[in-house]
Amino acid sequence: MSELTSKTIAELRDGFRGGEFSAREIAEGYNAAVEAARLLNAYTVTTPDDALAAAAAADKTRGQGDLPPLAGVPLGIKDLFATKGVDSTAGSRILKGFKPTYESTVTGNLRRAGAGMLGKLNMDEFAMGSSNETSAYGPVISPWRRKGSNVGLTPGGSSGGSAAAVAALIAPGATGTDTGGSIRQPAAFAGICGIKPTYGRCSRWGIVAFASSLDQAGPMAKTVRDCAILLEAMAGFDPKDSTSLDLPVPQWEANLSSDLKGKRVGIPKEYRIDSVPAEINALWDQGIEWLKDAGATPVEISLPHTKYALPTYYIIAPAEASSNLARYDGVRYGLREEGVKTLDDMYSATRAEGFGAEVKRRIMIGTYVLSAGFYDAYFTKAQRVRALIKQDFAKAFEQCDVILTPTAPSAAFGIGETTDPLAMYLNDVFAVPASLAGLPAMSVPGGLDAQGLPLGLHLIGNELDEQIVLNAGLAIEERAGFTARPEKWW
Amino acid sequence: MSVSPEQVRHIAKLARIAMSDEELDRLVPELNNILGWVEQLGEVNTDGIEPLTAVIEQKLRLREDAVTDGDIRDDVLANAPEPQHGFFGVPKVIE
Repeated sequence: MSELTSKTIAELRDGFRGGEFSAREIAEGYNAAVEAARLLNAYTVTTPDDALAAAAAADKTRGQGDLPPLAGVPLGIKDLFATKGVDSTAGSRILKGFKPTYESTVTGNLRRAGAGMLGKLNMDEFAMGSSNETSAYGPVISPWRRKGSNVGLTPGGSSGGSAAAVAALIAPGATGTDTGGSIRQPAAFAGICGIKPTYGRCSRWGIVAFASSLDQAGPMAKTVRDCAILLEAMAGFDPKDSTSLDLPVPQWEANLSSDLKGKRVGIPKEYRIDSVPAEINALWDQGIEWLKDAGATPVEISLPHTKYALPTYYIIAPAEASSNLARYDGVRYGLREEGVKTLDDMYSATRAEGFGAEVKRRIMIGTYVLSAGFYDAYFTKAQRVRALIKQDFAKAFEQCDVILTPTAPSAAFGIGETTDPLAMYLNDVFAVPASLAGLPAMSVPGGLDAQGLPLGLHLIGNELDEQIVLNAGLAIEERAGFTARPEKWW
Repeated sequence: MSVSPEQVRHIAKLARIAMSDEELDRLVPELNNILGWVEQLGEVNTDGIEPLTAVIEQKLRLREDAVTDGDIRDDVLANAPEPQHGFFGVPKVIE
């Protein structure tokens, strides 16, 4: 059934409906592929029975009229989502063995839409990382390799398991989450599509919190259309999330159109960075040509506070993380360090043992910038700069309808190659500004670099305008003709 | 501004993370490197700019003051490392 795993979600959905194959065949094909790809370390838990049960329900319903939109489609779920009765550990030792008694809103929505679950996908611990190397389960190995090399590459992060699974054809689509690029950068590294919707489109309820003012769930899949299909199923108002947007979910798939006549594409001059490889800037120029070909007009725009986005992010995100992660104290769930005398020692020992180095680093930064005497100088200052970054985008969208940039400043790098935390943070230089402004943004594969690794193009839309992001993504997808897949070595 | 080892020890205490001296020594330059880098925000003129608190403008909703959840003690305790008689067990706090 290997040919089924190379199909898109739209093809699986339509083929299943048309009677070309059964949901059971799809689930079995994927379950076998997942089992055969253990070397990639993409899944932390596999749930073949879950996928088969959803398939059985789909097969039973077929021919009886109303099928839910994702009937017959199994998905991979990032380990950050609470899934009832299935380990949900956020890639951390501190949540070892945590089996939620409830289901996250987003995965619940996907289940209601008929999707089954293939398993939980590996990720950077608490979504803090850009390479998947901070996971307590060890790094995901990208299915991609440099031409003529067998060096293990990272799939990016934090949704690295999701990206690797889609690229390696061991999930037709996956959930991701994006706080400062965690859907888009791995999508670019893995040669797939991934969209982060407007902040508030997808409920955060039941998603392990990292930085609540930034966290958004979104889909990762082979094509733009598949992302539209999945996002429609994931999004929607949820009274259990106080920042959930009380708006109807648009029909993104039905409204897909790569005709961009009359649309203006903003090209932010601050995103031309000399240290970025020439190949990436060349692909960006090619992307502008593709969008022109689709009928759009490029306009130069300015986002003057771009260079301050990363430092702003690295105050706000750790500050929120230090508060959110205070709940891991060994009392109510997860790891507890035994053999200590006092309650206070139990907290400190549990957190010392349970958190990895990057998570500790960020908790420490966050605690510092929120501590007495430093709060205004760091945290309030960062919130003011964040307001300016938001303003930059508001002004830019008076002159354009969508913004085009590269997704990441490099192609996938090798496991263990980036050891300096600051150098790692710079991976998200193009992704973070849109996160700080809460805007919808997407990565679409544009081509391969000289080493044969995928490069992504990044589209940013105005608030609530996922449609233009998807449409411009579709225009690029149609013109890039990106069909490259990693050669199977695993 | 840079942080001293004593300050880092204090932050670790506030964050309730036990830390060895070696770990502390490693962390001090790392934190200073990151803090030095974020200090470039000082260049930005933010006079008269309100700190951003809601990234997408929306009103906070009010709901009816009614019980909508609860009565799930066993669920709440299901993942506790040491549940005791329907409570969370912790090391003794009173001598």
